[in-house]
Amino acid sequence: MTADHRVAVLGAGMHPWGKWGRNFVEYGLAAAGDALREAGVDWTDIQYVAGADTIRNGYPGFVAGATFAQALGWTGARVSSAYAACASGAQAINNARAQILAGLCDVALVVGADTTPKGFFKPVGGDRKDDPDWLRFRLMGATNPTYFALYARRRMELFGATEADFAAVKVKNARHGLENPYARYQKAVTVEEVLASPMVADPLRLLEICATSDGGAALVLCSVDFAKKHGVTSPVTIDAVSTVTPRFPQTIIEMPNFSTDSSVATSTVGATFKESVALAAYEEAGIGPEDVDLAEVYDLSSALELDWYEDIGLCKQGEAERLLRDGDTTLGGRVPVNPSGGLSCFGEAIPAQAIAQVCELVWQLRGQATGRQVEGAKVGITANQGLFGHGSSVIVSK
Amino acid sequence: MPTKTRVPAIDGWFTVDDRAPALLGSRCTSCGNIAFPKETYFCRNPHCQGMEFAETPLSRTGKVWSYTNAGYQPPEPYVAADPYVPFAICAVELAAEQLVVMGQVVPGVDVDDLHVGDDVELVLDTLYEDEEHEYLVWKWRPVDGADTSNGQGVPA
Repeated sequence: MTADHRVAVLGAGMHPWGKWGRNFVEYGLAAAGDALREAGVDWTDIQYVAGADTIRNGYPGFVAGATFAQALGWTGARVSSAYAACASGAQAINNARAQILAGLCDVALVVGADTTPKGFFKPVGGDRKDDPDWLRFRLMGATNPTYFALYARRRMELFGATEADFAAVKVKNARHGLENPYARYQKAVTVEEVLASPMVADPLRLLEICATSDGGAALVLCSVDFAKKHGVTSPVTIDAVSTVTPRFPQTIIEMPNFSTDSSVATSTVGATFKESVALAAYEEAGIGPEDVDLAEVYDLSSALELDWYEDIGLCKQGEAERLLRDGDTTLGGRVPVNPSGGLSCFGEAIPAQAIAQVCELVWQLRGQATGRQVEGAKVGITANQGLFGHGSSVIVSK
Repeated sequence: MPTKTRVPAIDGWFTVDDRAPALLGSRCTSCGNIAFPKETYFCRNPHCQGMEFAETPLSRTGKVWSYTNAGYQPPEPYVAADPYVPFAICAVELAAEQLVVMGQVVPGVDVDDLHVGDDVELVLDTLYEDEEHEYLVWKWRPVDGADTSNGQGVPA
């Protein structure tokens, strides 16, 4: 991909993840402030604000872009707000990137933040019998971990994954996150401790399912020319943002659906949805999985991280357990996955999470990830997906 | 004891037939695509412009694609019994329709009784009750040979 299609990352910032119980705007402002300071850009010089929305904080959350802009002080900047569940952050990044690449602005701020309730995520209230997300809870009691567990059991039956493998993913990520100041959980765990935690959705246990967290993340993005004029001659760049939908027929059961598509009318396409999310990013960046030095993937469950190894092309289908057992995806291994500690150490702050994944890659590629650094990393990929079919994958290089 | 009125927990998603209930899907009259729940407006096959659908009962039997259980009480709007009774849940492949559809598993069957590839059949069971009504939903029940010996009774 030519320099013309890249955007530079001038600054990254995060508010530590936790259960702080304050307004989401505070976390977003803290993250934005850090990103602006790191970038050396004044808020008043930001031409475009891209907010990633939260649906859990009332009307200001639904229009997060303007909420953050107002809190930072109105400047007349152009603004957008995006909601795509877990993929909201990637949508916001892509909105800012598109504005920059189209030449409509030079420098943009991307912000996402959330305050979450305790326990299972549940649908918006009311009696809403036309909403599949409401209906799956009502008619089946199917929570998000229900779906994660269906995939996990599939891995066990098809590929011989064991509960110990899933626990080992948690152990790895817990170790990765030990020295990450933004992680909510900075505590080592053993396989035995994981396997002794209560079963939530068999075969997944409490320590293997990501918590719901408060947190905020922000990025200052700009054109490569602007970065040079700003004195940053070799910036970390975003080389691809994949926001693809599935292709029909979608043959793997996905939240919040009751069924997959049928294949009776059209033969199944080659790549699964999650594979296609990364494929589109690789194609856009003009690279392949062999070029990747590290990855931040959405480990909503420990077992789901193994699915991502295959979906982003780190190995063939059915080989993820071997990759894990060989230590390839551990810090110091061939291609560390979730060096930040992942959702396992963060919990999920929905609109901030896809942005946080990119923040981590930026610090890794700059060599600033103290205590969790992937040595010599040049290229990283993030992967994630949002409810109903929002793909999310970002490729970052230095 | 007065008998409660048995009503479906949602209208039009399945036949209220205790002997041989079936999920009700839609079949696109243009391309033949099958959808559950029913498609009512526009065919979701991107190569089809179909806007007319015939209601079609789905196969009553299939094979387990995967399964799990709910160790913790799901949040609202799920209406849980008090005290909460954990249940298994599975995704089932229907061969003729070439799709996978989810549903709870009947009470008394837990994950230890289930395996990928097991044969299951559709039954109706109570989802929840109020003073006057018993609300019905579809559930999956292992067919012959599955171990339900420790079950608390398998509803017909």
